[in-house]
Amino acid sequence: MTTRIDRRMAKLKAEGRPALVTYIMGGDPDYDTSLSIMKALPISGSDIIELGMPFSDPMADGPAIQAAGLRALKGGQTLARTLKMASEFRAGDDETPIVLMGYYNPIYIYGVDRFLADAKASGIDGLIVVDLPPEMDEELCIPALKAGVNFIRLATPTTDDKRLPKVLENTSGFVYYVSMTGITGSALADTAKVSAAVKRIKGHTELPVCVGFGVKTAEQARVIGASADGVVVGTAIVNAVANVLGPKGEKTADPAEAVATLVSGLAQGVRSARLAAAE
Amino acid sequence: MNKPATPNSFRTGPDEQGMFGIFGGRFVAETLMPLILDLEDQWNKAKNDPEFKAELTALSTYYAGRPSKLYFAEGLTRHLGGAKVYFKREDLNHTGSHKINNCLGQILLAKRMGKKRIIAETGAGQHGVASATVAARFGYPCVVYMGATDVARQSPNVFRMKLLGAEVRPVTAGHGTLKDAMNEALRDWVTNVEDTYYLIGTAAGPHPYPEMVRDFQSVIGSEARAQIVEQEGRLPDVIIAAVGGGSNAIGLFHPFLDDKDVRIIGIEAGGRGLDGVEHCASMNAGRPGVLHGNRTYLLQNADGQILDGHSISAGLDYPGVGPEHSWLRDSGRVEYVPILDDEALAAFQLTTRVEGIIPALESAHAIAHAVKIVPKMDKDQIVIVNLSGRGDKDVHTVANMLGMEI
Repeated sequence: MTTRIDRRMAKLKAEGRPALVTYIMGGDPDYDTSLSIMKALPISGSDIIELGMPFSDPMADGPAIQAAGLRALKGGQTLARTLKMASEFRAGDDETPIVLMGYYNPIYIYGVDRFLADAKASGIDGLIVVDLPPEMDEELCIPALKAGVNFIRLATPTTDDKRLPKVLENTSGFVYYVSMTGITGSALADTAKVSAAVKRIKGHTELPVCVGFGVKTAEQARVIGASADGVVVGTAIVNAVANVLGPKGEKTADPAEAVATLVSGLAQGVRSARLAAAE
Repeated sequence: MNKPATPNSFRTGPDEQGMFGIFGGRFVAETLMPLILDLEDQWNKAKNDPEFKAELTALSTYYAGRPSKLYFAEGLTRHLGGAKVYFKREDLNHTGSHKINNCLGQILLAKRMGKKRIIAETGAGQHGVASATVAARFGYPCVVYMGATDVARQSPNVFRMKLLGAEVRPVTAGHGTLKDAMNEALRDWVTNVEDTYYLIGTAAGPHPYPEMVRDFQSVIGSEARAQIVEQEGRLPDVIIAAVGGGSNAIGLFHPFLDDKDVRIIGIEAGGRGLDGVEHCASMNAGRPGVLHGNRTYLLQNADGQILDGHSISAGLDYPGVGPEHSWLRDSGRVEYVPILDDEALAAFQLTTRVEGIIPALESAHAIAHAVKIVPKMDKDQIVIVNLSGRGDKDVHTVANMLGMEI
């Protein structure tokens, strides 16, 4: 069973370039603005969209994504509205993969079976759930795979060779390599170390490996993209939204345009990644 | 909620996956997973190592002052005119609460594991002080995360931690209470995986913490059980403890769980009443969910967003509870009832006046329930209340509630 993620990754592999994976917080700062940002992503060169599901207690996130989640919740975002956003986006774009990213509790409360059915109907292709390690696979991972939704696992610098097979076992779509031990938005780790880690993971799996946590600029995207199959950018995009919001949350410029400008630059970065590597 | 079948013993959990029925587990980011597995492995080795046990026993005796006394509260008993009330005097421990029991155990584990740095979260500051204390004793740098609201209302404890050489980092996210402090401690841990030991203060979090903290705190119940048999020649009729995360309560309860005739009551913070959102009674007014590494009863909205809750007592101001309590609730072995801020305050004042003991506001919740049920009991019946900590830290809060300035 192939998903939009599998098809998109195969296409990019044929083109010989890494994917640009862009994260936005669903509903930040409000539903309509967030949907307009989402629609701007593929036009600006994003290959895969990670749609954040806001959670009150995002334990793996730095201040930028914490704040974005709180803005979204304050704006009335719920898991149901995040799914609705995906399906509205899907009505105009049936190609770009959408991966939901967040924490387990809102899904657990929504109900796993109902969530998977609704996610599938909304055109969701994959899930990244930060607080569900392989030890908890029965909760959501196995049901998601049965429902035909990719379950994308995080591998980290603490995932050693002994543990890696367990992490990869039920992973599908791609592997998300977390470039450092830390929270989202921290400084980028030593890129040579990241490349070595990507190589190590690729020794254990045929799946594409995307790298995230700490990538903020086109130049960083280019360097990471030289060895990885994809580059994930989140905090920088969320900050682009925050930067055009005034002290009371009022918009001082169009957030979708601000995000589009940033993403276009990042897209150039990943598109030149392999060329630079070949030089 | 489906009621699980009554097990032969209530003392065998958790299973190998760290589950108490549907509760508990290891809901953490992959970065932390290898650390938690390592901790579990080291803990399993340590708990069966006679050398580890001997070192902990020596520290408990000569440093912390164990065993703590089981005290017949004659003044309160006379005042209430019913069953005999005993206090388990955890307030007499070094650092003034039961928290030292767990901290001594975990610092020895951190030492065995070769860790270089201690982090902790704290609500009332009792765990922060106990962590800072053992870090000072064993020469570790220590960072304590504490909600900004709690920093303000527990300033004596903040100062104590600083004197002990710990760095107190105020957390402004959310309501600035224990939940937010725990989030921030987890963020620190996920960043500093190489050298840092996370000293969790309550019987919650990912496996093996709920089991490990319970085992370190079970000294309370083991002592109390032997002491009441020695002093009264029989087991108590009722035992009562306050439940925030629930470590003092599980510590008292666990050794009594299979004593079928002992009624066990856990007290949740009812705050300003269960009708609104200003309480922390997760087992009376919440539903099962996943937070801070475990599945347990949580205060949350219909979208699974965690609520902040409220309690007069910073130590009970947490929207969740340790997973074993959730399981004991559903299995029916333990009753969990709420006590309001006002009731706790009244019990705080009463105990001070008739016993000459200033209890922690957390413990005052447990006493408040005794005040309700003891007068209806027979004079030959026995109630043990866990006096989990002393109330010196709370005098500012109490003065404020009573409209006084000090």
